[in-house]
Amino acid sequence: MRMAQTLTHIGQTEPRPTGWRGIAADWSSDQRAFKNVSWGKAMMWIFLLSDTFIFGCFLLSYMTARISTRVPWPNPSEVFALRIGGSDIPLILIAIMTFVLISSSGTMAMAVNFGYRHDRRKTAILMLLTAALGATFVGMQAFEWTKLITEGVRPWGNPWGAAQFGSCFFMITGFHGTHVTIGVIFLIIVARKVWRGDYDTGRRGFFTSRTGRYENVEIMGLYWHFVDLVWVFIFAFFYLW
Amino acid sequence: MAEATANGLGQHALHAATPAAAAGADVHQEHPIKLYLVVWAWLFILSTCSYLVDYFGLHGYLRWSLILIFMILKAGLIVAVFMHMAWERLALAYAIILPPILVVVFMTMMVFEADYTLFTRLAFFGSGP
Repeated sequence: MRMAQTLTHIGQTEPRPTGWRGIAADWSSDQRAFKNVSWGKAMMWIFLLSDTFIFGCFLLSYMTARISTRVPWPNPSEVFALRIGGSDIPLILIAIMTFVLISSSGTMAMAVNFGYRHDRRKTAILMLLTAALGATFVGMQAFEWTKLITEGVRPWGNPWGAAQFGSCFFMITGFHGTHVTIGVIFLIIVARKVWRGDYDTGRRGFFTSRTGRYENVEIMGLYWHFVDLVWVFIFAFFYLW
Repeated sequence: MAEATANGLGQHALHAATPAAAAGADVHQEHPIKLYLVVWAWLFILSTCSYLVDYFGLHGYLRWSLILIFMILKAGLIVAVFMHMAWERLALAYAIILPPILVVVFMTMMVFEADYTLFTRLAFFGSGP
């Protein structure tokens, strides 16, 4: 098995160090820091890092509101319960939404895999399946919003307790839903490009005028998994806590 | 390619044989489908567990610690395997994973701030709504 190598300034190659020495060597000496990652992937990661801070601040403001209010916080277990077959099942819709989003992450991971095998058909089908699951998630979220709004939840108040509940709920889930929606749109765009064979024929994108590669599927996947990742935190802190 | 292969869990022998990337060339992440299915199954199990925490109405520190454990395990699996962070070089992994620790620092500050706000509200407005 060959070692990854660094090209020195005099043209000799030497083995690239790993561990802490690897970090220092990669970040120093006036060179490219992310050795084997394309700029597209690195930029997506950096975008996701900034998005982490956005959602982090939302969850922090929710935490601050919930700790500092004198009025009891509405019990999410009861607020998000659904009446199925004559009995209230706590949080069932949210649980189903979680499973739908996790499944969409699974199909996306497999789409990335088939993309690198240049299996256009399977990649496109799996991406469209991912988009369909994402759209299902947004649909269920719309149902949940409708239910809460008809029950009288507003950003400034609700029938069950602390007034801040509504504003935290609409802000956090609304922003997450927006991310899912944008993801669905881009999934469909990339799936179309894969289906048409753009990444094999070198057809240029209508917006960037650049040719794409199957790595674009992986970069799209990074965004999609991030959306799932954010939901993990929202599920834990907003719905279960 | 060489890097992902060197660290990958059960890579196809096929890929070790493909021409190794020259210095600085981009690596693409390719791992057996089975790995994704296993992680997928684990995410389902962990989600079910965290749902059951609510279903059985556990509360107090037991509830909070279970929620956090399941959350961290799920987040770790998604980032490490689905997002392939486990196979990236440490320079990228640390550049992305370390900065969010600042959110935890911010959180600690806001816990004190919120406690203080609650204290002043109770002191000046009483405990009733």
